[in-house]
Amino acid sequence: MHPHFALPSFSWRAIAVWRRNFLVWRKMAIPSVLGNLADPMIYLFGLGYGLGSLLPEVGGVTYIVFLASGTVCASTMNAASFEALYSGFSRMHVQKTWEAILNAPVNLDDVLAGEWLWAASKATLSGLAIMLVIGLLGFIASPLALWAIPVVFLVGLSFGALGLIVTALAPSYDFFMYYFTLFLTPMVLLCGVFFPVEQLPPLLQSVAGQLPLAHAVRLVRPLLLGEWPADAGQHLAALLLIALAAYWLALALTRRRLLK
Amino acid sequence: MASLGPSPDRIVPPQEAIPVLSVSGLRKSYAGHEVVSGVGFTLARGECYGLLGPNGAGKTTTLRCCLGLTTPDAGVIRLLNEPVPARAREARMRVGVVPQFDNLDPDFSVAENLQVFGRYFGISDAETRRRIPDLLEFAGLTGKETARLATLSGGMKRRLTLARALVNDPDLLLLDEPTTGLDPQARHLIWERLKRLLQQGKTILLTTHFMDEAERLCHRLAILDAGRIVAEGGPRELIAGQIEPQVIEVYGEDAASWAGAEGPSLARRIEVSGETAFCYVDVGEVAPLLAQLARRPTLRTLHRPANLEDVFLKLTGRELRD
Repeated sequence: MHPHFALPSFSWRAIAVWRRNFLVWRKMAIPSVLGNLADPMIYLFGLGYGLGSLLPEVGGVTYIVFLASGTVCASTMNAASFEALYSGFSRMHVQKTWEAILNAPVNLDDVLAGEWLWAASKATLSGLAIMLVIGLLGFIASPLALWAIPVVFLVGLSFGALGLIVTALAPSYDFFMYYFTLFLTPMVLLCGVFFPVEQLPPLLQSVAGQLPLAHAVRLVRPLLLGEWPADAGQHLAALLLIALAAYWLALALTRRRLLK
Repeated sequence: MASLGPSPDRIVPPQEAIPVLSVSGLRKSYAGHEVVSGVGFTLARGECYGLLGPNGAGKTTTLRCCLGLTTPDAGVIRLLNEPVPARAREARMRVGVVPQFDNLDPDFSVAENLQVFGRYFGISDAETRRRIPDLLEFAGLTGKETARLATLSGGMKRRLTLARALVNDPDLLLLDEPTTGLDPQARHLIWERLKRLLQQGKTILLTTHFMDEAERLCHRLAILDAGRIVAEGGPRELIAGQIEPQVIEVYGEDAASWAGAEGPSLARRIEVSGETAFCYVDVGEVAPLLAQLARRPTLRTLHRPANLEDVFLKLTGRELRD
């Protein structure tokens, strides 16, 4: 196998890279969190109350409660993706931040691990902010919801790693449009964020059920409604597998791009 | 105590005898095109060594290989007594790098740039904070701790990049075209700081295509062309060994035709570039050549000693490299 596909190595230096990104975020934490909240909240209230008033219960709860858990997943996905795509690409290609770091005793594996963990952390912050709001609105059933926090982190790892693959291949920012239009937007519409996957035709249902966002929704929704998710092990394993495989591929592609 | 290059009659303690950097037989190809074709050189402690070459000569690729950022196709590199790329990370603990293009962190203030960079070396925040005043003083940036990057001039950014490269108190500094794009004042300040670092005993490897920079700073230098070292030595030594000692530049519309007709009988070597003929001569040939030229009122002349640029152009040619 090509040396670019050597197993990822991890060292504590990755934490220094994570801390660099955290320090940037901390400088603009409040606008950043509010910005991350605004968009999903508009969807949640607009569709939740507007569309919800036309609907009977969906999945055994009012529509806005159903939608709230989907929104947590979709926002986590978006936050991780934006960080790994636009911010990651800026640091790799535009600002050459990675190049500077690589001159220090930090390897590319550490840089990418730091970026990956950071994308997942920022996604978790975004998911947590929404959970906090919907909790205050009374849409969260029980403390079982606390288990959604590690799940959200895992969802962040999955989409962070997938995003890093696209970043490693991107010639410019425009490239990311394809990823959004062909992958992320269809997932938001098909994976159970707005309506149960069971409403789809059988063929589409079986495809949609395999997508990472579907696994996320299958885990987070029951937890926020106060139930243990069915087939939790399978969904967790699927997300973990996606996260690790995607990270490995992202690392191989990034090594190919930068270690020439 | 700085030592000025290897001198055979000096008694050298054993640990100083180990080169700071040694490279031999270095080769690297991209898509079938060899950009580095068997480069080798050695840096002694306290030395300033220059890699000179036109664009595309392989200078930056050589530096990347030395840092372990690029794996060479062939060759042996030892950096601070560590094999590279196998233990490049350990070696980089004691190296500072000033890259060709500034890559400071635009999201951070001056002090934060140093603080965050120190963490990449595993230096504690307290320790970096202790070092920051000295680093800023060295870079002429005292009082700029909290300044945002966007408010700094090009020269200040360059000096901050130099300060950042010193955050780990390195033994070796790698500088890739450190003064490209700076105004003369800023360049002189950087040169003065680099000389100070040499006095402190640091070793410097720099790439440049400014001959005056190389002549001022480098104890020894190598001229690279098309991935090969075509000459190596001290600046004076190269000028003495590679080229005639005196140059008479002849300007004018008919300089080229003069150089074709009468020139060869008067000068050992003539190079014509546009409306200028460069006549390379020995000391004894200067007076007769100038006397001949005085009879041609349409030609203007400039007589000067040969310099490193003449050597460079002789060895690498006058055609454009881009």
